[in-house]
Amino acid sequence: MVEFSILDLLDHDLKDHNQLKLRCIGGRSGLSRTLTDSKISRPGLPLSGFFEEFSYQSVQLFGKGEQRYLKKLEEEKNFASIEKFFSYPIPTVVFCDGGEPSSHIISLADASGCSVLQTPLESAEFTRSLIQLLDEIFAETITIHGVLVEVYGVGVLLTGESGVGKSETALELIERGHRLISDDTVTLRNISGNFLIGSGANNLLAHHMEIRGLGILNLTNLFGVGSIREKKQVQLLVHLEPWDSNKNYERVGEELTELILGIPVPKVEVPVKPGRNVPIIIETAARNERLKKLGYFSAKEFDQSVLSWLESESARNLYYNNEETF
Amino acid sequence: MVEREVEVLNRAGIHARPAALIVKIANQFESHLYIEKDRMKINGKSIMGIITLGAAYKSKLTISTEGVDEVEAADAIEQLFLNRFEE
Repeated sequence: MVEFSILDLLDHDLKDHNQLKLRCIGGRSGLSRTLTDSKISRPGLPLSGFFEEFSYQSVQLFGKGEQRYLKKLEEEKNFASIEKFFSYPIPTVVFCDGGEPSSHIISLADASGCSVLQTPLESAEFTRSLIQLLDEIFAETITIHGVLVEVYGVGVLLTGESGVGKSETALELIERGHRLISDDTVTLRNISGNFLIGSGANNLLAHHMEIRGLGILNLTNLFGVGSIREKKQVQLLVHLEPWDSNKNYERVGEELTELILGIPVPKVEVPVKPGRNVPIIIETAARNERLKKLGYFSAKEFDQSVLSWLESESARNLYYNNEETF
Repeated sequence: MVEREVEVLNRAGIHARPAALIVKIANQFESHLYIEKDRMKINGKSIMGIITLGAAYKSKLTISTEGVDEVEAADAIEQLFLNRFEE
């Protein structure tokens, strides 16, 4: 289980438009509380006194409506449900639209060890960004041995034994203008059961590569920022293996897939032997994958043309044969 | 498959040199070597993989070997940890 505290949430570095813009305005002792799921609760019902099925393990979000209701309760000096609300082990409460709770509410939260956060974002926008972030954090994850590169916009995961030439292949691909996401260890995340997002296991060490004979190289410095990427959806799996003359390799383009974290990923097996230009095979595989996404299957179309040609040929033969009988 | 629990005993943790040493020893055997820390499992024949584990002083790792010479390989790697990577 992933441990994700409220402090981690505040610290999380999100890019530009996804920023949560959170600020802690009270209950600092509660920042160590952890989140366990990616749900968000709007506590309208609990505030009105109805606590059945109250999802207290989720982030409690106060939008404009909840904040107005909180004010009304305070004006009526009706603190019973607010006090009961804070008696639950709530991970945190968030006030949207830059709403300021009264000092009494903050002290109640403080006393119960629950942090109070504030964001200038509107509740709908905040909910969207937060769910996206939490989905990613609580996603099922595995770390595998391989290299993730982006080739013509397709995320290609290279796998294979140590020493088969994954890193060298990736190096050649980068030289040709493609991008590296991670060398050697790739962390894969199942995002909402739909896609597989791959990234480096560690941001500090990502974009370094070990090449036998040269040692460890910093690719950002060697090739420039244009040659790297932080994360990318895995759309194609390329398995490199030493050439085995007894094995039957794919010759006509039948499609293989492999399940990773329950998500099917198209797969090609590429045998490697000295003198074989693996990078160009991978580039071609990536182009072919893009064509398939556009609905054009080279192998199938080829087969279709062969079939219709054979058909027309046999029709002509029939005609010729008939002529001969005259 | 052979599994062993090991601890990082050298002060500096597993940096580039110890990682290279592990890979060098691991490559003398035919068996596969995997090293696991927290929820991360990596191939023990890859330097970058081992460094990525971020194994600092006193961290506990699980090594596992699989193959024809798995016992010898596990022994050799365990010995390396006990010797503090000759540091």
